[in-house]
Amino acid sequence: MAGTVQYIFDDQNLRKSEPAKYQPEDLTSEEMVVNIGPQHPSTHGVLRLEVLTRGEEIVEVVPHLGYLHRCFEKHAENLPFNQTLPFVDRMDYLAAMNSEHAYVMGVERMLGIEKELPKRVEYIRVLVAELNRLASHFVALGSYGMDMGAVTAFFWMMRDREHILRLLEWISGARMLYNYIWVGGLFYDLPVGFEERCLEFVNYLKPKLVELDELLIENKIFVDRTAKVGVLPLDLAINYGITGPMLRGSGLKFDLRKVDAYSVYPELDFDIPVGKGEMGVVGDCWDRTWVRAQECKESVKIIQQCLEQLSGDHKRTRDFDPRAMVPKKIRPKAMDFYVRAENPKGELGFFFRSDGRSDVPLRIKARGPSFTNLSVIDELAKGGLIADLIAVIGSIDIVLGEVDR
Amino acid sequence: MTFEDIKALVTDQLGDDCILVTDTAASPQAFYIEPLRLSDTMQFLHENDQLYFDSLSCISALDNGVESGTMELAYNLYSIPFDHHLMVKVTLDRKAPKISSLTSIWRTADWHEREAFDLMGITFEGHPYLRRILMPADWEGHPLRKDYEEQTYYRGVKVKY
Amino acid sequence: MGLLDQKIAQGGIVITRIEDLINWARLSSMWPMGFGTACCAIEFMSAQSTPYDLDRLGIIPRASPRQSDVMIVAGTVTFKMGDRVRRLYEQMAEPRYVISMGSCSNCGGPYWEHGYHVVKGVDRIIPVDVYVPGCPPRPEALIGGLIKLQEKIRGESIVVPKAIQKIMEGEG
Repeated sequence: MAGTVQYIFDDQNLRKSEPAKYQPEDLTSEEMVVNIGPQHPSTHGVLRLEVLTRGEEIVEVVPHLGYLHRCFEKHAENLPFNQTLPFVDRMDYLAAMNSEHAYVMGVERMLGIEKELPKRVEYIRVLVAELNRLASHFVALGSYGMDMGAVTAFFWMMRDREHILRLLEWISGARMLYNYIWVGGLFYDLPVGFEERCLEFVNYLKPKLVELDELLIENKIFVDRTAKVGVLPLDLAINYGITGPMLRGSGLKFDLRKVDAYSVYPELDFDIPVGKGEMGVVGDCWDRTWVRAQECKESVKIIQQCLEQLSGDHKRTRDFDPRAMVPKKIRPKAMDFYVRAENPKGELGFFFRSDGRSDVPLRIKARGPSFTNLSVIDELAKGGLIADLIAVIGSIDIVLGEVDR
Repeated sequence: MTFEDIKALVTDQLGDDCILVTDTAASPQAFYIEPLRLSDTMQFLHENDQLYFDSLSCISALDNGVESGTMELAYNLYSIPFDHHLMVKVTLDRKAPKISSLTSIWRTADWHEREAFDLMGITFEGHPYLRRILMPADWEGHPLRKDYEEQTYYRGVKVKY
Repeated sequence: MGLLDQKIAQGGIVITRIEDLINWARLSSMWPMGFGTACCAIEFMSAQSTPYDLDRLGIIPRASPRQSDVMIVAGTVTFKMGDRVRRLYEQMAEPRYVISMGSCSNCGGPYWEHGYHVVKGVDRIIPVDVYVPGCPPRPEALIGGLIKLQEKIRGESIVVPKAIQKIMEGEG
């Protein structure tokens, strides 16, 4: 037990591995450096923020990353395309189905088989992706409420999320990291009786989303803490490469599910919520949270439509094999390929380079939305108070697995 | 606006020697640019009224291996109002990879370039604060290079399994 | 609670050893420091909420290491984070325990082969008491690990075992 410890402790280790930008000697007498360290209940993971303050007002925020860098790209260079799928899950672990969907779409387009997939497979993929979008937004809203002090919101959201996780466990076998959407199909078909249970869940959830609005989003204290805080102007957002609910909260109606129209989204009817600055300024934290809450309602609409299709036109048949189109050897031609999809956090992009000769790619670069969205935190928090910084971090909705990959 | 139109506009503005090779197998379609002309080309692509590439989606650093002696950078651009994609690539020398930074055009390039520096060792000239972002500051080597060997010990802990 | 009620109802006097009393007090109120790095942290959060309530076992997560007894290392430990893990461990007051939750902190997990930045097991940095396997472990598995730690605490002694000490000094 104790005999396995190899670490050599040294006082200066912390300074050598991640030096701070501001040393005590550089500061004037009113300035102070507050280290919101990697272990903190409100940083949504292992994120270190070095905050230079003058009194309570923030002058600069320097994020330090890399505390969860798990070498996804090195693994991708050494494993075949289909074996990299569990690692894709673990990057954004709250929305694993969406990440798998993006990755698998990229590989299928490179192979040229994306038009030959059965429609039932596509509908199931969209169904589980939207269920996972709901789960991810629930964690975002729940932990944001907890950061603001509204702990009830956290427990109510986690309770509803448990139902989704149980449904997904029934489909794929795992609660959180599924390895379900495979290149060319799915791991298993939906279990018998799933469509009815899912419909029951949807009917259970609709009043809960109304409760969420009343409890958290329209709560006066929450509005006071988040309206007019962390305002992100639209041109700055586009220049910083922000995507997802953050961009929509700043007023731009841009959703990759409508713009790129991938998978079966063109056949589904849903709306795109855009921040209008109802409680404050367009692009403040309240707008972004409101956009996420409205997206939950849109996801419920999409799930209902998918269930109708899956119990109607594309019903299960005895001879349906979800693995029919899974290729034996994934060997795309030599090319560079960039695919993007709408994750709950933003635009997840994968850049593939294959050499056409083997089933191991030469390079995969994952463009995580949280990585790009986090870079704007300095602009958002400048001039605010430290309590506003916590509000801003929660509204960006980061997942450190994707920031550090 | 098709790929050919974009190419035509770029060659009109910046001359024939700017674009080296086109790669139509890539998706979105790509062209290779002379590394020294990178900032001018990107400035043009960002500001021209018909192109208006206002969003830099991704900067990927690629290592072509020790034998070929080159490294590449691939920039994925997207225009939100006009809905067109473009990929711009540059080839760098592997022994001393250096290129100018695009932080003044797109602020998102800041962190993407820091990551390329950290994991591949490409230096970006003009970057406001180039330092390692994902690896510890006293780590030896650039991990995503093809000839990377892990150091045996870090703080006394064995790095390999 | 029922046992205690019965014993007290029979005259109001409970006879036990001090060690049992102290161990019972310690294991019924293990306060973990919430140290989640990655996906396992979300399962830890799920374990705290309904329906796998951890509060019924007396477990309340504390934010600071100075106020906690057990550190649940949930998630991948990287080299950059390893310095901090060690520092947090040193800041905890004794008696302190460590539960390693998930494959990444047990042995490096799925990243064992090509992960250059992943510490292959948090037991290379701090001594671990209970390992909970899984990727991520179900909340029930985490509760099982906590109960195992409770069994370990139940068997502890505040008196140094003299017989074993003599053997260790004698044979050396």
